[in-house]
Amino acid sequence: MDRTVADTIRELTRRHIADHNGVVVGQCLSAVGWVQNTVPAQTEGVVELPMTDIAGSGFAVGLALAGRRPVLVIRFQSFLWLNASPIVNYAAKSKEMFGYPCPLLVRAIASEGGGTGPVHSHAYHSMFMHMPGLPVCAPMTPGEYEQVWERYLSHDDPLLVSEHRASYKNNRELPDIVRDDAVVTLYAVGPARFTAEQAVADLADRGIVCNLIHLVWLKPFAPSPAQLDPLRATGRGLVVDATYETCGAARSLAYDLSQATGRMVAAMGLEERSPGASPHLDNLTPSAERIAARIEALLR
Amino acid sequence: MSDPSSPDRTPDLGAIAGLAEAEAASQSLELFRRMAVARAFDEHVRRAQMAGEVRTLVYLGVGQEAVAAGLSMGAEGSWVLGQHRGHALYLSFGGRIERVIDELLGMPSGCCGGMGGSPPIHDFERGIVGHNGLIGDQVPVAVGMAMGGTNRPVVTVFGDGAAEEDYVLTSLGTAASRRLPILFVCEDNDLSVLTPTRDRRTWKLAEVARGFGMEAVDIADDPWLVAHWTTALMDRLPAVINVRTCREYWHVGTGSDGPGEWNRYEMVKSRLAAMGLGDESRRIEREAAQMVEARWTERLQIRSAS
Repeated sequence: MDRTVADTIRELTRRHIADHNGVVVGQCLSAVGWVQNTVPAQTEGVVELPMTDIAGSGFAVGLALAGRRPVLVIRFQSFLWLNASPIVNYAAKSKEMFGYPCPLLVRAIASEGGGTGPVHSHAYHSMFMHMPGLPVCAPMTPGEYEQVWERYLSHDDPLLVSEHRASYKNNRELPDIVRDDAVVTLYAVGPARFTAEQAVADLADRGIVCNLIHLVWLKPFAPSPAQLDPLRATGRGLVVDATYETCGAARSLAYDLSQATGRMVAAMGLEERSPGASPHLDNLTPSAERIAARIEALLR
Repeated sequence: MSDPSSPDRTPDLGAIAGLAEAEAASQSLELFRRMAVARAFDEHVRRAQMAGEVRTLVYLGVGQEAVAAGLSMGAEGSWVLGQHRGHALYLSFGGRIERVIDELLGMPSGCCGGMGGSPPIHDFERGIVGHNGLIGDQVPVAVGMAMGGTNRPVVTVFGDGAAEEDYVLTSLGTAASRRLPILFVCEDNDLSVLTPTRDRRTWKLAEVARGFGMEAVDIADDPWLVAHWTTALMDRLPAVINVRTCREYWHVGTGSDGPGEWNRYEMVKSRLAAMGLGDESRRIEREAAQMVEARWTERLQIRSAS
C-alpha cells in the first residue's frame, strides 16, 4: 500500500525531531493511536501538554521563540477557539510587531460525523484567514503535505494547516481536471475535494462537463494562470468548502477568483446551522449530490 | 470575603534585617542607579506625553522601579518577559535606551518600528522578549521558552491582575509539574486598572504557587530584598516572588490619584544616606536624569531631522 497522508505527517514529524531539534506538542498525543497515527510513537521530541488550551498554544509560541520550530497539534478544530489568541496575537503578529519571527506550525484537525456534534465538528480555517501574518493551507494528499512542510521549514512564518481526518487514509494525489468542453469550473477546498471529484464524475454521466481545480493554499491566495484560465474559458465558477459561507473561505476565494478573471463565481459551504450528534441532524461536507445540484442550478 | 490586600500591604513585608547594610556599597549604588534611570525615564515619558511628543499609550511604572532593579541584580543573563508596564524592566536588564525612546516616538528605529508603543518593547538580542499587550500572555510564552532547553533561565513579570488569568495559573502548574527553570514575579500593586485585589479574589498568589509545589515568597518591594530572593531562588527554580509595590500614576497615561501607600524610591534614598552613601546616591540620581534628558533630546532631534 502506498504511503498515506497520516504516514507522511508521521514521517515528516519524526525527521523534524531527529534532524532539526524540532518538537511536537499537544494534548493526549500518545493516547489511542498517536493522533490517528500521525505522531511518531516516541518520547523524544514529543511533549504531552496539560489540558490547558489557551496556555498550551502560548507554550508553543515560547518554544518557537526558543528556536525549536514546534508543531502544535490541535486534535479538534473546535479547540482552536480557545487556542487562537497566542497564535494570532503573538505568532502571527511577531514579525510585524516585534521584527523577529515566531515560526510555529499548527496542525488543526477537523472532523465530522460519527457523533462529533455541534461543537467538535468542522474546520474553522476561515477565521484564521481573517488575520494578517498567518498563512493558511489545507493539504489533503501526501505530496501536498510534503510541500507544506517544506514551506514551513524554508520560511519563518507561523502556518495554520487545516487538516481533515477524511484525508488521513488517502494515498493518492488529486490532479486538477481541465477539459476543453467544460461549461463550469469547480474549485474545491479540504474534504470537499473528495466529494467534488464524485460530483464531477456524476455530472459527466449526465452530460455536464466540469473543470475541477484543487485549492491547497488559502492564504496567501495567489491563483496561477493554470488555475484561472479554466474559469476564464468556462465563464462560470463555484468554490466549495466545508466551512460556513458567511465570512467564510469559499466566499473569500470566490471573490478573489472573480476579481482576477471578471467571471461570476459562486460559493458553497455548510448549511447555516449547527450540526447535531445524531446522524439525521448532522451537517456534513457538501456532498456530491449537493454540489452537483448547485452546479446544475448555476447552469440554468 | 477575606481581604488579601491586608495586612500584607506594608513596606516591611518579609523584611530581613541588615540586608542592605550587608551588601557591598558598589552593589547598592548600582541597584539604586537602575532605579534612578527607570524613574527618570518614566517621568520624562510622562512629560513627553503631556507635551504631545509621545502619542502612543504609555504605561508608567513610577513607584514600582525597585522591583525591576532588584530582580535584574539577581537574574542577569536570563530571558526576560514582562508586560505592558515594562520600561523599568527593559532598562534594568540592559535594553538599549535609544530603541525604546524611538519606539515611543513612533520612529522606524524603535524596537518595534513604532508599531506598539509601551507594551511590546523588547531587545531580543539581549534576552528581553516583547509582549503583545494582552496581560499575562507573556507567562505561558515564558514557560514555553523554559521548555525549549536554551540553557538559559527565564524570568517572567506580570501584575496582580494578570495573575488571575487562567492561562497564568495553569502556566504556574505546568512549570511546577515539569520543574522548569523559570522565575515568576508578580508586581503586586493591588490594582487592576483601579479595582483593588479585595474586590477580585480571596486567594494569594504565593499560597497558590506553594500548592502547585513551588517555592514562593510574598515580600515588599525593598530592592535589596527582591535581589536577595531572586538570587536565592534562581538556584531553586521554578519559583514565585510576589512583590507588594505601589503604582503612582494611572494604569495608562499620565494621571495620578495621589501618592501611593509608601514611596519606595525615597525610602531607598534615605537608607543609602543612613549607610553613608547619600552623596553618591545624589550624584547617581543627577547623572541618571541628565543621561535620560540627553538621550531624549538627541532622539527628538533625529526625529525632527528625518
